[in-house]
Amino acid sequence: MGEEARHQAGPALEAVRQRAWEVAASVEDPEIPVLTIADIGILRSVDIDDEGRAVAKLTPTYSGCPATLAIELATEAALRDAGFEPVIERVISPAWSTDWITEEGRRKLSDYGIAPPVSGSNSKMALFGETIVACPRCGSENTRKVSEFGSTPCKAHYQCKACAEPFDYFKCI
Amino acid sequence: MDAHFEYVLRLADDQLVLGHRISEWCGHAPMLEEDLALPNIALDLIGQARMLYTHAGEIEGNGRNEDQLAYLRPEQEYRNLLIVERENGDFAHTMLRLFFYASFMELFWEKMLTSSDEVLAGIAAKAIKEVRYHVRHSAEWVIRMGDGTDESARRLEDAYDDLEAYCTEMFEMDDVARDMVAAGIGPDTQALVESWKAKVEAIFREAMLNRFAPVEGHRSGGRKGQHGEEMGFLLADLQYMQRTYPGLNW
Repeated sequence: MGEEARHQAGPALEAVRQRAWEVAASVEDPEIPVLTIADIGILRSVDIDDEGRAVAKLTPTYSGCPATLAIELATEAALRDAGFEPVIERVISPAWSTDWITEEGRRKLSDYGIAPPVSGSNSKMALFGETIVACPRCGSENTRKVSEFGSTPCKAHYQCKACAEPFDYFKCI
Repeated sequence: MDAHFEYVLRLADDQLVLGHRISEWCGHAPMLEEDLALPNIALDLIGQARMLYTHAGEIEGNGRNEDQLAYLRPEQEYRNLLIVERENGDFAHTMLRLFFYASFMELFWEKMLTSSDEVLAGIAAKAIKEVRYHVRHSAEWVIRMGDGTDESARRLEDAYDDLEAYCTEMFEMDDVARDMVAAGIGPDTQALVESWKAKVEAIFREAMLNRFAPVEGHRSGGRKGQHGEEMGFLLADLQYMQRTYPGLNW
């Protein structure tokens, strides 16, 4: 593929780039396999460089996220299996934000039982500065935070007071 | 030694040593939620340390990577603050130390967002989001313990009495730090004292803790490699694998 891509330009190159993006974008998050890395917004870009290599830029969610390396390796493997010569770059700036989770990603999270990060300014209870997190099972907003820190660095632990369901909340950063 | 390298190394050492200390709680925390929270916080700090070590190694230009900087330097070459190397003590001691330190780092990273060192500014943008959680979490515990039972309040007071002497070192300025201010790389930490005091005392009031934010302590030396006895034991644990099997890889 490297040899082939090097001699392409214009629309043909764009088609190759688009295919490389689709391959990388299909890689699943190892901690939340229902989401792809494109859904979470950690796949920043895929470009074809002058030497025909597929350069994928990834950004970690949290500094110490143990899945970062696994995701980079999985992306590299996926691109290689699809015939690309992969280059993985880790970019930390601009810092990843939960706002980068796509609408599709938010819907998948909720279906999976993880409350997606709250967005928008009306999410704060004016009086207490508390974030209202709706239960992914029954939709009730009568929930309580059990712990700021959940099963992975990006999640907090909540419980629904209406249906008693314990659930993860994807923290907003 | 190059001031820029030294400065980034100090920052890396602070995060690694505190991250290591907090990781010692893994499997020992008083409840399951804390057993998740503390290692999560340790992971944040160690993740920050890794980025900082990599950056320091690039500035130094001698080909040292994050592992060599973390695992192959002796105690005297470590440049961390003394407060981060102190033993965990009990849960109150661990939380109060984290509260003091994270409250300082929140102010520090905020200033660092506009550093002329773009890599540091990028790390700051990630770290600030994480440290806000650390502040909130530790502050909640300080309030709960201070305004809790007689025993929890006494333990928090004991922790204060042990830690107060170590707080001023966070704000100390020396030639390296002044060079960095001049180069637009780092902030004047003396200018952070008042904001830090205000923040700490607001939480102390809620915690019913009859103490002031300690800004007249007298323990320092970490930046020059003068550490307490506990640092050698910490490094013996941290560096064991690379010292025993040099060059070992995953």
